[in-house]
Amino acid sequence: MISIEDLSQISQAEREAREATAHQINVCVAASCLSLSSDKVKEELEKAVEAKGKKDCCKVRGVGCMGLCAAGPLVAVEKEKVLYQGVTPEDAPAIVDALGAEPVARIQGDLEAPFFARQQKIVLENCGRIDPERIEEYIAADGYLALVDTLTAMTPIGVVQQVTRSGLRGRGGAGYPTGLKWATVNKSQGTRKFVICNGDEGDPGAFMDRAVLESDPHRILEGMALAGYAVGASQGFVYVRAEYPLAIKRLKLAIKQAEKMGLLGANIGGTTFSFNVDIRLGAGAFVCGEETALIASVEGGRGTPRPRPPYPAESGLWGYPTLINNVETLANIPTILRNGPEWFAKIGTAKSRGTKVFALAGAITNTGLIEVPMGMPLREIIFDIGGGVPDGKAFKAVQTGGPSGGCIPASGLDMPCDYESLARLGSIMGSGGMIVMDETSSMVDVAKFFMEFCMDESCGKCVPCRVGTAQMHELLRQISVGEATARELALLEHLCDVVKSTSLCGLGQSAPNPVLSTLHYFREEYEAKIAAGEADAAGHAAADAAPAGGAA
Amino acid sequence: MTPEPAKGAPAPKDNRWRLVEATMRRHGHKSHALIEALHSAQEAYGFLENDVLRMVATELRIPLSKVYGVATFYNFFTLKPQGRHTCVVCTGTACYIKGADQIMNVLEKKFDLKSGTTSPDGQVSVLTARCIGSCGLAPAAVLDGAVAAKLTPAQVVAKVEEWMSHDQH
Repeated sequence: MISIEDLSQISQAEREAREATAHQINVCVAASCLSLSSDKVKEELEKAVEAKGKKDCCKVRGVGCMGLCAAGPLVAVEKEKVLYQGVTPEDAPAIVDALGAEPVARIQGDLEAPFFARQQKIVLENCGRIDPERIEEYIAADGYLALVDTLTAMTPIGVVQQVTRSGLRGRGGAGYPTGLKWATVNKSQGTRKFVICNGDEGDPGAFMDRAVLESDPHRILEGMALAGYAVGASQGFVYVRAEYPLAIKRLKLAIKQAEKMGLLGANIGGTTFSFNVDIRLGAGAFVCGEETALIASVEGGRGTPRPRPPYPAESGLWGYPTLINNVETLANIPTILRNGPEWFAKIGTAKSRGTKVFALAGAITNTGLIEVPMGMPLREIIFDIGGGVPDGKAFKAVQTGGPSGGCIPASGLDMPCDYESLARLGSIMGSGGMIVMDETSSMVDVAKFFMEFCMDESCGKCVPCRVGTAQMHELLRQISVGEATARELALLEHLCDVVKSTSLCGLGQSAPNPVLSTLHYFREEYEAKIAAGEADAAGHAAADAAPAGGAA
Repeated sequence: MTPEPAKGAPAPKDNRWRLVEATMRRHGHKSHALIEALHSAQEAYGFLENDVLRMVATELRIPLSKVYGVATFYNFFTLKPQGRHTCVVCTGTACYIKGADQIMNVLEKKFDLKSGTTSPDGQVSVLTARCIGSCGLAPAAVLDGAVAAKLTPAQVVAKVEEWMSHDQH
């Protein structure tokens, strides 16, 4: 049985141990830096510390994602507030020598740069600061405090009210009010209820869920347990992509640690509340991000959606009321309950509260993961924090929301980044992928790329999506190679409308978005291709007509 | 009707089968353990051979048609044996913008390897992934299980050539 006192004891011991160490070197061991051999960097640093006899005053540890993936592997010297970037194993001795002295200027990064200074972290507050494989470090960062405190001091409906008051909205894409969803599941009648954490981050270009699961897995477990308490569920599932082996490994370890400490399992904190978490592996199907398809997959079947209602909140997993929240949504919960809903509601805009994590990728200098208050203008995100477009090229568009979203041109850059503004621009917030394109990208090809994705990922259950995406892809192919005329373009626009209005689930309903938004903002690119196609067709017609007598 | 195990089916006491068995036991041989069982099977056998699908169907009391339906629905499962080495090229949006198609083109041109194919000598399989979540390092690929960052077509060619010349005795 674990109490608040136990938690503060663990946290005290952890903090004292950290203070007793004069130097703390943090090496990023999240997937991105790992693939740039940060594990070797860590090994060499440990060797160097040993060799230089600094073992007593210096500790090397692996931490989660620090965000600036473009400049990896990243190493931070915690107390001195020094960041090293692009570190190689050979740099290790120099870094250890520089402890307590002048930092190694050659590889030093700038922590005062806008990339770091303009961010505000809630979801990522522990990422890059704690060792994801040790529960004590999460506890030392006030982890599980909200859970144990809430279980003893608040009723389930009280928790739902707190979440409602915070104004938190689902971070998976649609932005449905989280409190409302929780209230529905709380009210639903069922002998059993379930909580599912949706970690099937299938949207290409988004990797925030991966970073959270790899860098701070306990935060998700705490969020899930709180959700379970609020809605009356005793079993949770984390549905995570099999493509994220490191996230799965750390999550498994985290579950074991939490169970051992009594923070998951039976009678948490000596209360009557019990909650278990299991992992379910996805197997590579984008459509499983849709709630009902995800449930079908957790049940062990093909991930095909079904019509709603009934919504999963009333009839979900095996017919029981089920709460499904995205990783990032659940990651907000412990902090909201710890700091209070009013604190959270002050951040962001009137309709979009809190912060949002964005994955910056594509033609942008600072690729990586950032968290900013909702409502920050796109220009500030892309040019100040992201460092703009590299190689002196011109900005053309930013794609948000993945295959369900749209491309926003330069004219939309001053819009605030929140759910409503992005929808007005013909895109969506989505899970937070932001892919920047420079002048060299052809927007017709981009639309074709996303349509190919939707065509492949269509589960095949409903005709508009199965047939429509294939037909739209073929039309886009014809347009992109200059074989199409105005007739094909008109057909494409008509199909967009049909597929959007008649598909069964979100995948089909939003599949035309990339086409519609590029048609809206970059129609001249389509028309240039059409003009080429028509000239070609006219040429053929003339050629066919001319040798009429000669051709047999 | 329980499908009969075909001739040449792996013996039930095969060590690899034990791993699959353990997963199914952990889930009480319930039908919802299917995807987990297929994950274990693919990990143990390298791919999902027909006999393994049959055995999973029998053990979990699920129609073979449903097992086959699930195994073919998800991109992660493969019903064909893989080469000794695998090159999974990420074709997510960030990698696309940074030229992943050039990597696929050069693999096809130089080695006649398209997505989902294995070289005739069984050395190298080329696959594509929808997004491996390493968008900050685009274009990326997973070479024998390790993520390789900021790749050029030339680097991939060199790696595949190395694999093909290696282990050929």
